[in-house]
Amino acid sequence: MNNMITIILICIGVLFNIFGCVGLIRLPDVYNRLQAATKCVTLGCCSILLGVVFHFGLSDAGFKALFAIPILFFSATVAAHALIRGAYHFGTRLGEKSVKDDYKEVVK
Amino acid sequence: MRYIAIFILALIFWLLITFRFTVPNLIAGTLAALICSAIFARYYFHNVYKFLQPYRYVWFCVYLFFFVWACIRANFDVAYRVLHPRMPIKPGIVRVKTTLRSEFARTLLANSITMTPGTITVDILGDDFYVHWIYVKSEDPEVYTKMITGKFEKYIKRFAE
Repeated sequence: MNNMITIILICIGVLFNIFGCVGLIRLPDVYNRLQAATKCVTLGCCSILLGVVFHFGLSDAGFKALFAIPILFFSATVAAHALIRGAYHFGTRLGEKSVKDDYKEVVK
Repeated sequence: MRYIAIFILALIFWLLITFRFTVPNLIAGTLAALICSAIFARYYFHNVYKFLQPYRYVWFCVYLFFFVWACIRANFDVAYRVLHPRMPIKPGIVRVKTTLRSEFARTLLANSITMTPGTITVDILGDDFYVHWIYVKSEDPEVYTKMITGKFEKYIKRFAE
């Protein structure tokens, strides 16, 4: 039973990671790509880590995997924020499809 | 008081991450936690007594529940946009006002916005969050402020302010 849950969770994780990678290729500009990369890859990795927790049970490896999840959440969001802000200040334009840009007036 | 709080948190963190309860490990952890609290304590937790108020933990659990739910929805949202043949995106950066005061609460709100469907925080200037939105559903500031921050702001205010 535990084995089953492990396999399902890890499959979900890998699937979401693949969606994230497809988004990285298909979406038009840096900002949209970061959206796909942050969200899908974070939840994909969390799902894989949960699978590891179920596999090892409450031993030391399991606790470490469980503990890695909140750290991953914090670091991934902060990294995405830093990357997107850096991209804007570097001068990367928003894609052609964009409809609104409130940030432009403030940066100058 | 602040130093003691950071020290306890750092020690718990060390014990969980190493997971060996032997004496040498405990001594090393105590030393590392002491160094951490000496260097970093002045930046965090301006009011430590908030840790001792139990109702904050209840609201934290409610927030966590909504956060995980939003996170899962965000993933299906991105998967849908990415796999759809015509890619239904309409991106833009919008300005959102917040009423949160403390820096810790603002960080949490920014992180929550990044993990919710279709939005990612670009910058915080003064009281304004600049949020990149993959599909701008409305042009009206009132409406989109409510859509983006709404629930999270309410719960974060109750446990982190």
